Amino acid sequence: MKINNKTRVRIENASKNFDKVVALKNVNLEVKIGEVVLIIGPSGSGKSTLLRSVNRLENLTSGDIWVDDDLLTNNKSDIRKIREEVGMVFQSFNLFSHLTALENVTLAPLTVKKIPKETAEKKGRELLARVGLSDKENNYPDQLSGGQQQRVAIARALAMNPKVMLFDEPTSALDPEMIKEVLDVMLQLAKDGMTMLVVSHEMGFARAAADKVVFMDGGEIIEIGTPDDIFDQPKEERTKKFLKHIL
Amino acid sequence: MAQIKTPRFEVTDGTLIPDKGEKSIFSAWKIAFFGAISLLIILPIVKPDPYLYILKFIPDGIVATFQVTVLSIVLSFFIGLLTGLGRISRVTIFNRIATVYVEVIRGIPLLVQLFYIYYALGKIVQVPRLASAVIAMAVCYGAYMGEIFRAGILAIPRGQMEAALALGLSRGQALWKVILPQTVKVILPPIGNEFIALLKDSSLVSILAVSDLLRRGREYASTSFMYFESYTIVALVYLIITLFLSRLVAIMEEKLVRREN
Repeated sequence: MKINNKTRVRIENASKNFDKVVALKNVNLEVKIGEVVLIIGPSGSGKSTLLRSVNRLENLTSGDIWVDDDLLTNNKSDIRKIREEVGMVFQSFNLFSHLTALENVTLAPLTVKKIPKETAEKKGRELLARVGLSDKENNYPDQLSGGQQQRVAIARALAMNPKVMLFDEPTSALDPEMIKEVLDVMLQLAKDGMTMLVVSHEMGFARAAADKVVFMDGGEIIEIGTPDDIFDQPKEERTKKFLKHIL
Repeated sequence: MAQIKTPRFEVTDGTLIPDKGEKSIFSAWKIAFFGAISLLIILPIVKPDPYLYILKFIPDGIVATFQVTVLSIVLSFFIGLLTGLGRISRVTIFNRIATVYVEVIRGIPLLVQLFYIYYALGKIVQVPRLASAVIAMAVCYGAYMGEIFRAGILAIPRGQMEAALALGLSRGQALWKVILPQTVKVILPPIGNEFIALLKDSSLVSILAVSDLLRRGREYASTSFMYFESYTIVALVYLIITLFLSRLVAIMEEKLVRREN
Protein backbone atom coordinates (compact mmCIF):
# COMPACT_ATOMS: atom_id res chain seq x y z
CA MET A 1 0.00 0.00 0.00
CA LYS A 2 1.30 3.37 -0.96
CA ILE A 3 1.05 5.43 2.16
CA ASN A 4 2.60 8.80 1.85
CA ASN A 5 4.02 10.21 5.04
CA LYS A 6 2.11 13.42 4.66
CA THR A 7 -0.84 13.86 6.97
CA ARG A 8 -4.21 14.31 5.29
CA VAL A 9 -6.53 14.58 8.28
CA ARG A 10 -5.38 15.64 11.71
CA ILE A 11 -7.73 15.62 14.68
CA GLU A 12 -6.47 17.30 17.83
CA ASN A 13 -8.14 17.21 21.23
CA ALA A 14 -11.57 16.92 19.68
CA SER A 15 -14.37 17.13 22.23
CA LYS A 16 -18.08 17.30 21.71
CA ASN A 17 -20.94 17.57 24.17
CA PHE A 18 -24.61 17.21 23.37
CA ASP A 19 -26.15 19.05 26.29
CA LYS A 20 -24.82 17.01 29.17
CA VAL A 21 -23.88 13.94 27.16
CA VAL A 22 -20.21 13.71 26.29
CA ALA A 23 -19.93 12.36 22.76
CA LEU A 24 -16.22 12.93 22.20
CA LYS A 25 -13.50 13.36 24.79
CA ASN A 26 -10.08 14.64 23.73
CA VAL A 27 -9.77 12.55 20.60
CA ASN A 28 -6.47 12.67 18.72
CA LEU A 29 -6.09 10.95 15.39
CA GLU A 30 -3.99 11.30 12.28
CA VAL A 31 -4.78 9.90 8.87
CA LYS A 32 -1.99 9.91 6.32
CA ILE A 33 -2.42 10.23 2.58
CA GLY A 34 -3.54 6.90 1.14
CA GLU A 35 -4.26 5.42 4.54
CA VAL A 36 -7.41 3.46 5.29
CA VAL A 37 -8.52 3.83 8.90
CA LEU A 38 -11.37 1.80 10.32
CA ILE A 39 -13.21 2.98 13.42
CA ILE A 40 -15.03 0.40 15.50
CA GLY A 41 -16.81 0.59 18.82
CA PRO A 42 -20.16 0.03 20.50
CA SER A 43 -23.10 2.23 19.55
CA GLY A 44 -22.95 5.56 21.28
CA SER A 45 -19.17 5.41 21.47
CA GLY A 46 -18.83 8.59 19.40
CA LYS A 47 -17.49 7.05 16.22
CA SER A 48 -20.13 8.53 13.94
CA THR A 49 -19.87 11.89 15.68
CA LEU A 50 -16.13 11.88 15.07
CA LEU A 51 -16.59 11.04 11.41
CA ARG A 52 -19.29 13.66 10.93
CA SER A 53 -17.02 16.28 12.51
CA VAL A 54 -14.52 15.81 9.69
CA ASN A 55 -16.80 17.71 7.31
CA ARG A 56 -18.46 19.68 10.06
CA LEU A 57 -21.86 18.09 9.89
CA GLU A 58 -21.22 18.17 13.64
CA ASN A 59 -19.53 21.15 15.26
CA LEU A 60 -16.94 20.31 17.89
CA THR A 61 -17.28 21.86 21.32
CA SER A 62 -13.51 22.22 21.42
CA GLY A 63 -10.48 20.95 19.55
CA ASP A 64 -9.24 21.27 15.99
CA ILE A 65 -9.47 19.30 12.79
CA TRP A 66 -7.26 19.92 9.78
CA VAL A 67 -7.72 18.60 6.27
CA ASP A 68 -4.32 19.08 4.68
CA ASP A 69 -3.46 22.62 5.76
CA ASP A 70 -7.02 23.86 6.12
CA LEU A 71 -8.29 24.29 9.63
CA LEU A 72 -11.82 22.96 9.45
CA THR A 73 -12.97 23.95 12.90
CA ASN A 74 -12.30 27.63 12.37
CA ASN A 75 -15.56 29.43 11.74
CA LYS A 76 -13.88 31.71 9.26
CA SER A 77 -12.59 28.93 7.05
CA ASP A 78 -14.58 28.27 3.92
CA ILE A 79 -16.41 25.16 5.03
CA ARG A 80 -17.89 24.60 1.60
CA LYS A 81 -14.46 24.47 -0.02
CA ILE A 82 -13.36 21.88 2.52
CA ARG A 83 -16.54 19.85 2.14
CA GLU A 84 -15.87 19.65 -1.58
CA GLU A 85 -12.66 17.87 -0.72
CA VAL A 86 -14.18 15.51 1.82
CA GLY A 87 -16.51 12.92 0.34
CA MET A 88 -19.13 11.36 2.58
CA VAL A 89 -21.10 8.13 2.30
CA PHE A 90 -24.00 7.64 4.68
CA GLN A 91 -25.54 4.62 6.32
CA SER A 92 -28.91 5.38 4.73
CA PHE A 93 -27.40 6.30 1.31
CA ASN A 94 -29.30 9.61 1.20
CA LEU A 95 -29.54 9.62 -2.57
CA PHE A 96 -31.59 12.53 -3.88
CA SER A 97 -34.83 10.73 -4.54
CA HIS A 98 -36.09 13.10 -7.26
CA LEU A 99 -32.99 12.63 -9.40
CA THR A 100 -31.76 9.72 -11.53
CA ALA A 101 -28.54 7.92 -10.68
CA LEU A 102 -26.60 10.01 -13.19
CA GLU A 103 -28.21 13.26 -12.02
CA ASN A 104 -27.32 12.36 -8.44
CA VAL A 105 -23.70 12.03 -9.48
CA THR A 106 -23.57 15.20 -11.57
CA LEU A 107 -25.56 17.56 -9.30
CA ALA A 108 -22.66 18.77 -7.18
CA PRO A 109 -20.14 19.17 -10.03
CA LEU A 110 -22.74 21.15 -11.98
CA THR A 111 -23.97 23.24 -9.05
CA VAL A 112 -20.82 23.78 -7.04
CA LYS A 113 -18.00 23.54 -9.54
CA LYS A 114 -20.03 24.86 -12.49
CA ILE A 115 -18.52 22.26 -14.79
CA PRO A 116 -20.09 22.14 -18.29
CA LYS A 117 -22.92 19.63 -18.47
CA GLU A 118 -21.25 17.41 -21.08
CA THR A 119 -18.04 17.10 -19.09
CA ALA A 120 -19.94 16.37 -15.89
CA GLU A 121 -22.05 13.70 -17.53
CA LYS A 122 -19.06 12.07 -19.17
CA LYS A 123 -17.30 11.90 -15.81
CA GLY A 124 -20.52 10.77 -14.13
CA ARG A 125 -20.85 7.87 -16.56
CA GLU A 126 -17.24 6.87 -15.94
CA LEU A 127 -17.87 6.84 -12.20
CA LEU A 128 -21.06 4.81 -12.56
CA ALA A 129 -19.09 2.35 -14.69
CA ARG A 130 -16.47 2.22 -11.97
CA VAL A 131 -19.05 1.13 -9.40
CA GLY A 132 -20.55 -1.29 -11.92
CA LEU A 133 -23.81 0.55 -12.63
CA SER A 134 -23.47 1.75 -16.22
CA ASP A 135 -26.83 0.29 -17.11
CA LYS A 136 -28.64 2.11 -14.29
CA GLU A 137 -27.87 5.74 -15.06
CA ASN A 138 -31.47 6.63 -15.79
CA ASN A 139 -32.94 4.80 -12.82
CA TYR A 140 -34.35 6.69 -9.87
CA PRO A 141 -33.18 5.68 -6.39
CA ASP A 142 -36.43 3.84 -5.64
CA GLN A 143 -35.79 1.67 -8.69
CA LEU A 144 -32.44 0.52 -7.30
CA SER A 145 -31.58 -2.05 -4.64
CA GLY A 146 -29.93 -0.89 -1.43
CA GLY A 147 -26.52 -2.08 -2.59
CA GLN A 148 -26.93 -0.30 -5.90
CA GLN A 149 -28.02 2.89 -4.15
CA GLN A 150 -24.98 2.83 -1.93
CA ARG A 151 -22.72 2.34 -4.93
CA VAL A 152 -24.34 5.34 -6.64
CA ALA A 153 -23.76 7.28 -3.41
CA ILE A 154 -20.07 6.38 -3.55
CA ALA A 155 -19.89 7.51 -7.19
CA ARG A 156 -21.67 10.73 -6.21
CA ALA A 157 -19.07 11.48 -3.56
CA LEU A 158 -16.20 10.62 -5.92
CA ALA A 159 -17.52 13.05 -8.52
CA MET A 160 -16.12 15.94 -6.51
CA ASN A 161 -12.60 14.45 -6.59
CA PRO A 162 -12.34 14.31 -2.82
CA LYS A 163 -9.00 14.03 -1.04
CA VAL A 164 -10.51 11.83 1.63
CA MET A 165 -13.64 9.71 1.81
CA LEU A 166 -15.71 9.23 4.95
CA PHE A 167 -17.90 6.15 5.25
CA ASP A 168 -20.48 6.16 8.05
CA GLU A 169 -21.54 2.53 8.51
CA PRO A 170 -21.94 2.12 4.74
CA THR A 171 -23.17 -1.48 4.87
CA SER A 172 -25.21 -1.68 8.06
CA ALA A 173 -28.50 -0.78 6.35
CA LEU A 174 -27.98 -3.42 3.68
CA ASP A 175 -29.28 -6.93 3.32
CA PRO A 176 -26.46 -9.46 3.72
CA GLU A 177 -26.35 -10.40 0.04
CA MET A 178 -25.73 -6.78 -0.95
CA ILE A 179 -22.92 -6.04 1.47
CA LYS A 180 -20.25 -7.61 -0.68
CA GLU A 181 -20.92 -5.51 -3.77
CA VAL A 182 -20.43 -2.34 -1.73
CA LEU A 183 -17.34 -3.63 0.07
CA ASP A 184 -15.82 -4.64 -3.27
CA VAL A 185 -16.15 -1.09 -4.51
CA MET A 186 -14.61 0.23 -1.30
CA LEU A 187 -11.81 -2.28 -1.52
CA GLN A 188 -11.02 -1.17 -5.05
CA LEU A 189 -11.00 2.45 -3.88
CA ALA A 190 -8.54 1.58 -1.14
CA LYS A 191 -6.33 -0.20 -3.64
CA ASP A 192 -6.40 2.87 -5.88
CA GLY A 193 -4.89 4.84 -3.02
CA MET A 194 -7.89 6.76 -1.69
CA THR A 195 -7.56 8.06 1.83
CA MET A 196 -10.46 6.59 3.76
CA LEU A 197 -11.97 6.94 7.20
CA VAL A 198 -14.51 4.18 7.73
CA VAL A 199 -16.93 3.50 10.57
CA SER A 200 -17.80 -0.15 10.15
CA HIS A 201 -17.60 -3.54 11.81
CA GLU A 202 -16.79 -5.44 8.64
CA MET A 203 -13.84 -7.56 9.75
CA GLY A 204 -13.18 -8.93 6.29
CA PHE A 205 -12.88 -5.46 4.86
CA ALA A 206 -10.73 -4.38 7.79
CA ARG A 207 -8.24 -7.21 7.32
CA ALA A 208 -8.15 -6.77 3.55
CA ALA A 209 -7.89 -3.01 3.35
CA ALA A 210 -7.37 -1.23 6.65
CA ASP A 211 -3.99 0.08 7.70
CA LYS A 212 -5.19 1.03 11.13
CA VAL A 213 -8.10 0.04 13.31
CA VAL A 214 -9.29 2.46 15.96
CA PHE A 215 -11.39 1.21 18.85
CA MET A 216 -13.58 3.83 20.51
CA ASP A 217 -15.69 3.63 23.62
CA GLY A 218 -17.41 6.33 25.67
CA GLY A 219 -16.23 9.09 23.33
CA GLU A 220 -12.58 8.18 23.69
CA ILE A 221 -10.05 6.30 21.59
CA ILE A 222 -9.15 3.26 23.65
CA GLU A 223 -6.77 1.53 21.32
CA ILE A 224 -5.19 1.95 17.89
CA GLY A 225 -3.37 -0.75 15.98
CA THR A 226 -3.12 -2.80 12.83
CA PRO A 227 -6.14 -5.02 12.11
CA ASP A 228 -4.19 -8.08 13.21
CA ASP A 229 -3.12 -6.43 16.47
CA ILE A 230 -6.59 -5.27 17.36
CA PHE A 231 -8.54 -8.33 16.32
CA ASP A 232 -6.05 -11.03 17.40
CA GLN A 233 -4.19 -9.50 20.32
CA PRO A 234 -6.16 -6.62 21.78
CA LYS A 235 -4.41 -5.09 24.76
CA GLU A 236 -7.23 -3.23 26.45
CA GLU A 237 -9.88 -4.97 28.46
CA ARG A 238 -12.71 -2.96 26.86
CA THR A 239 -11.49 -3.86 23.37
CA LYS A 240 -11.48 -7.55 24.25
CA LYS A 241 -14.96 -7.35 25.69
CA PHE A 242 -16.33 -5.56 22.64
CA LEU A 243 -14.70 -7.94 20.16
CA LYS A 244 -16.14 -10.89 22.01
CA HIS A 245 -19.58 -9.46 21.34
CA ILE A 246 -19.21 -8.91 17.63
CA LEU A 247 -17.04 -11.87 16.60
CA MET B 1 -36.26 -3.16 -4.82
CA ALA B 2 -35.43 -0.71 -2.14
CA GLN B 3 -37.93 1.16 -0.10
CA ILE B 4 -37.57 4.89 -0.36
CA LYS B 5 -40.94 6.30 0.54
CA THR B 6 -41.86 9.85 -0.13
CA PRO B 7 -43.13 11.07 3.22
CA ARG B 8 -46.86 11.72 3.42
CA PHE B 9 -48.89 13.79 5.72
CA GLU B 10 -52.59 14.46 5.71
CA VAL B 11 -54.56 17.63 6.01
CA THR B 12 -58.20 16.76 6.32
CA ASP B 13 -60.63 19.58 6.14
CA GLY B 14 -63.23 20.25 3.52
CA THR B 15 -64.44 17.70 1.03
CA LEU B 16 -63.50 14.09 1.47
CA ILE B 17 -61.08 13.05 -1.21
CA PRO B 18 -62.66 10.04 -2.93
CA ASP B 19 -59.94 7.43 -3.22
CA LYS B 20 -61.00 4.37 -5.18
CA GLY B 21 -59.58 2.23 -2.39
CA GLU B 22 -62.14 3.58 0.04
CA LYS B 23 -65.33 2.20 -1.41
CA SER B 24 -67.80 3.97 0.86
CA ILE B 25 -66.39 7.44 0.20
CA PHE B 26 -66.07 6.74 -3.48
CA SER B 27 -69.67 5.63 -3.81
CA ALA B 28 -70.84 8.59 -1.72
CA TRP B 29 -68.91 10.80 -4.10
CA LYS B 30 -70.55 9.14 -7.11
CA ILE B 31 -74.04 9.54 -5.68
CA ALA B 32 -73.47 13.21 -4.85
CA PHE B 33 -71.73 14.04 -8.11
CA PHE B 34 -74.05 12.31 -10.54
CA GLY B 35 -77.07 13.25 -8.45
CA ALA B 36 -76.14 16.91 -8.68
CA ILE B 37 -75.52 16.68 -12.41
CA SER B 38 -78.83 14.96 -13.07
CA LEU B 39 -80.66 17.56 -11.00
CA LEU B 40 -78.94 20.30 -12.93
CA ILE B 41 -80.06 18.69 -16.20
CA ILE B 42 -83.56 17.65 -15.16
CA LEU B 43 -84.65 20.87 -13.41
CA PRO B 44 -84.20 23.17 -16.44
CA ILE B 45 -85.92 20.60 -18.69
CA VAL B 46 -88.89 20.09 -16.42
CA LYS B 47 -89.21 23.72 -15.40
CA PRO B 48 -87.34 25.95 -17.88
CA ASP B 49 -88.81 28.99 -16.20
CA PRO B 50 -86.93 29.89 -14.01
CA TYR B 51 -84.25 27.18 -13.89
CA LEU B 52 -83.06 27.46 -17.48
CA TYR B 53 -82.92 31.26 -17.21
CA ILE B 54 -80.90 31.06 -14.01
CA LEU B 55 -78.55 28.59 -15.61
CA LYS B 56 -78.04 30.94 -18.53
CA PHE B 57 -77.51 33.88 -16.21
CA ILE B 58 -74.69 32.55 -14.03
CA PRO B 59 -71.83 31.36 -16.34
CA ASP B 60 -70.14 34.78 -16.09
CA GLY B 61 -70.06 34.18 -12.36
CA ILE B 62 -68.43 30.79 -12.76
CA VAL B 63 -65.70 32.42 -14.81
CA ALA B 64 -65.19 35.11 -12.16
CA THR B 65 -65.11 32.50 -9.39
CA PHE B 66 -62.40 30.59 -11.21
CA GLN B 67 -60.52 33.81 -11.92
CA VAL B 68 -60.45 34.73 -8.25
CA THR B 69 -59.57 31.17 -7.23
CA VAL B 70 -56.76 30.57 -9.71
CA LEU B 71 -55.17 33.98 -9.27
CA SER B 72 -55.42 33.71 -5.48
CA ILE B 73 -53.97 30.23 -5.34
CA VAL B 74 -51.02 31.21 -7.55
CA LEU B 75 -50.30 34.31 -5.47
CA SER B 76 -50.77 32.45 -2.21
CA PHE B 77 -48.40 29.74 -3.44
CA PHE B 78 -45.57 32.26 -3.52
CA ILE B 79 -46.61 33.91 -0.26
CA GLY B 80 -46.79 30.42 1.23
CA LEU B 81 -43.34 29.51 -0.08
CA LEU B 82 -41.83 32.63 1.51
CA THR B 83 -43.78 32.07 4.72
CA GLY B 84 -42.80 28.41 4.92
CA LEU B 85 -39.13 29.28 4.40
CA GLY B 86 -39.44 32.00 7.02
CA ARG B 87 -41.02 29.57 9.47
CA ILE B 88 -38.05 27.22 9.24
CA SER B 89 -35.46 29.98 8.92
CA ARG B 90 -32.72 30.23 11.53
CA VAL B 91 -32.61 33.98 11.06
CA THR B 92 -34.70 35.24 13.96
CA ILE B 93 -36.20 38.21 12.16
CA PHE B 94 -37.51 36.17 9.20
CA ASN B 95 -38.78 33.52 11.52
CA ARG B 96 -40.62 36.04 13.70
CA ILE B 97 -42.21 37.86 10.78
CA ALA B 98 -43.45 34.65 9.22
CA THR B 99 -44.73 33.20 12.48
CA VAL B 100 -46.52 36.35 13.55
CA TYR B 101 -48.10 36.63 10.10
CA VAL B 102 -49.41 33.08 10.33
CA GLU B 103 -50.71 33.59 13.86
CA VAL B 104 -52.46 36.85 13.03
CA ILE B 105 -54.07 35.60 9.85
CA ARG B 106 -55.27 32.38 11.42
CA GLY B 107 -56.82 34.29 14.27
CA ILE B 108 -59.04 36.52 12.14
CA PRO B 109 -62.09 35.25 10.28
CA LEU B 110 -61.67 35.34 6.53
CA LEU B 111 -64.73 37.49 6.06
CA VAL B 112 -63.35 40.11 8.43
CA GLN B 113 -59.99 39.98 6.66
CA LEU B 114 -61.66 40.50 3.33
CA PHE B 115 -63.44 43.61 4.57
CA TYR B 116 -60.31 44.83 6.30
CA ILE B 117 -57.92 44.40 3.41
CA TYR B 118 -60.43 45.71 0.91
CA TYR B 119 -61.09 48.89 2.82
CA ALA B 120 -57.57 49.26 4.17
CA LEU B 121 -56.18 48.95 0.66
CA GLY B 122 -58.84 51.34 -0.55
CA LYS B 123 -57.54 54.00 1.84
CA ILE B 124 -54.08 53.89 0.29
CA VAL B 125 -54.61 53.07 -3.36
CA GLN B 126 -57.65 52.60 -5.48
CA VAL B 127 -57.34 48.99 -6.65
CA PRO B 128 -59.84 47.25 -8.88
CA ARG B 129 -62.30 45.10 -6.96
CA LEU B 130 -61.06 41.86 -8.47
CA ALA B 131 -57.45 42.70 -7.59
CA SER B 132 -58.22 43.53 -3.98
CA ALA B 133 -60.34 40.41 -3.63
CA VAL B 134 -57.46 38.31 -4.98
CA ILE B 135 -54.93 40.03 -2.72
CA ALA B 136 -57.12 39.50 0.32
CA MET B 137 -57.73 35.84 -0.44
CA ALA B 138 -54.04 35.26 -1.19
CA VAL B 139 -52.86 36.97 1.99
CA CYS B 140 -55.19 34.78 3.98
CA TYR B 141 -54.47 31.52 2.21
CA GLY B 142 -50.75 32.31 2.08
CA ALA B 143 -50.65 31.68 5.83
CA TYR B 144 -52.21 28.23 5.49
CA MET B 145 -50.07 27.53 2.46
CA GLY B 146 -47.01 28.53 4.49
CA GLU B 147 -47.86 25.85 7.04
CA ILE B 148 -48.17 23.29 4.24
CA PHE B 149 -44.77 24.30 2.87
CA ARG B 150 -43.26 24.15 6.33
CA ALA B 151 -44.66 20.70 7.02
CA GLY B 152 -43.64 19.57 3.53
CA ILE B 153 -40.07 20.78 3.92
CA LEU B 154 -39.80 19.20 7.37
CA ALA B 155 -41.16 15.94 5.96
CA ILE B 156 -38.09 15.57 3.75
CA PRO B 157 -35.58 13.37 5.59
CA ARG B 158 -32.69 15.24 7.20
CA GLY B 159 -30.22 13.09 5.31
CA GLN B 160 -31.11 14.83 2.05
CA MET B 161 -29.89 18.18 3.36
CA GLU B 162 -26.84 16.57 4.96
CA ALA B 163 -25.88 14.78 1.77
CA ALA B 164 -26.18 18.01 -0.20
CA LEU B 165 -24.11 19.97 2.33
CA ALA B 166 -21.50 17.21 2.44
CA LEU B 167 -21.07 17.58 -1.32
CA GLY B 168 -20.24 21.26 -0.88
CA LEU B 169 -23.59 22.80 -1.79
CA SER B 170 -24.60 25.91 0.11
CA ARG B 171 -27.75 25.83 2.19
CA GLY B 172 -29.54 27.86 -0.46
CA GLN B 173 -28.43 25.58 -3.27
CA ALA B 174 -29.42 22.53 -1.26
CA LEU B 175 -32.83 24.01 -0.58
CA TRP B 176 -33.40 24.97 -4.19
CA LYS B 177 -31.98 21.90 -5.92
CA VAL B 178 -32.67 19.13 -3.43
CA ILE B 179 -35.27 19.98 -0.79
CA LEU B 180 -37.87 22.09 -2.62
CA PRO B 181 -38.26 19.84 -5.69
CA GLN B 182 -39.10 17.00 -3.33
CA THR B 183 -41.30 19.22 -1.18
CA VAL B 184 -43.44 20.30 -4.11
CA LYS B 185 -44.20 16.68 -4.91
CA VAL B 186 -45.19 15.96 -1.32
CA ILE B 187 -47.41 19.00 -0.94
CA LEU B 188 -49.28 18.74 -4.24
CA PRO B 189 -52.26 16.87 -2.74
CA PRO B 190 -52.67 19.24 0.22
CA ILE B 191 -52.38 22.18 -2.16
CA GLY B 192 -55.13 20.60 -4.24
CA ASN B 193 -57.25 20.54 -1.09
CA GLU B 194 -56.47 24.19 -0.44
CA PHE B 195 -57.53 24.98 -3.99
CA ILE B 196 -60.92 23.42 -3.35
CA ALA B 197 -61.28 25.17 -0.01
CA LEU B 198 -60.30 28.47 -1.61
CA LEU B 199 -62.81 27.99 -4.38
CA LYS B 200 -65.57 27.62 -1.83
CA ASP B 201 -64.34 30.52 0.28
CA SER B 202 -64.14 32.67 -2.83
CA SER B 203 -67.92 32.97 -2.53
CA LEU B 204 -67.16 35.47 0.24
CA VAL B 205 -65.79 37.94 -2.29
CA SER B 206 -69.31 38.42 -3.58
CA ILE B 207 -69.75 40.90 -0.73
CA LEU B 208 -66.97 43.00 -2.27
CA ALA B 209 -69.17 43.38 -5.33
CA VAL B 210 -67.12 40.97 -7.40
CA SER B 211 -69.53 39.28 -9.79
CA ASP B 212 -68.71 35.73 -8.87
CA LEU B 213 -71.01 32.72 -8.97
CA LEU B 214 -72.80 33.52 -5.72
CA ARG B 215 -73.25 37.17 -6.59
CA ARG B 216 -74.72 36.35 -9.99
CA GLY B 217 -77.20 34.10 -8.23
CA ARG B 218 -78.05 36.88 -5.83
CA GLU B 219 -78.51 39.34 -8.67
CA TYR B 220 -80.93 37.02 -10.39
CA ALA B 221 -82.78 36.33 -7.15
CA SER B 222 -83.16 39.98 -6.22
CA THR B 223 -84.72 40.93 -9.54
CA SER B 224 -86.92 37.87 -9.93
CA PHE B 225 -87.60 37.11 -6.23
CA MET B 226 -86.89 33.47 -7.06
CA TYR B 227 -84.61 33.02 -4.06
CA PHE B 228 -85.05 29.31 -3.54
CA GLU B 229 -84.63 28.45 -7.20
CA SER B 230 -81.59 30.70 -7.72
CA TYR B 231 -79.69 29.42 -4.72
CA THR B 232 -80.55 25.82 -5.60
CA ILE B 233 -78.77 26.25 -8.91
CA VAL B 234 -75.85 28.12 -7.30
CA ALA B 235 -75.42 25.40 -4.68
CA LEU B 236 -75.58 22.65 -7.29
CA VAL B 237 -72.96 24.33 -9.47
CA TYR B 238 -70.60 24.79 -6.49
CA LEU B 239 -71.15 21.20 -5.47
CA ILE B 240 -70.42 19.83 -8.93
CA ILE B 241 -67.25 21.90 -9.25
CA THR B 242 -65.85 20.93 -5.84
CA LEU B 243 -66.74 17.26 -6.23
CA PHE B 244 -65.13 17.23 -9.64
CA LEU B 245 -61.98 18.89 -8.29
CA SER B 246 -61.79 16.59 -5.29
CA ARG B 247 -61.83 13.62 -7.67
CA LEU B 248 -59.01 15.27 -9.64
CA VAL B 249 -56.96 15.60 -6.47
CA ALA B 250 -57.61 11.95 -5.68
CA ILE B 251 -56.41 10.91 -9.13
CA MET B 252 -53.30 13.03 -8.67
CA GLU B 253 -52.63 11.35 -5.33
CA GLU B 254 -53.15 7.90 -6.81
CA LYS B 255 -50.69 8.73 -9.59
CA LEU B 256 -48.08 9.88 -7.09
CA VAL B 257 -48.46 6.72 -5.05
CA ARG B 258 -48.29 4.53 -8.12
CA ARG B 259 -45.07 6.17 -9.27
CA GLU B 260 -43.59 5.21 -5.97
CA ASN B 261 -44.45 1.55 -6.06
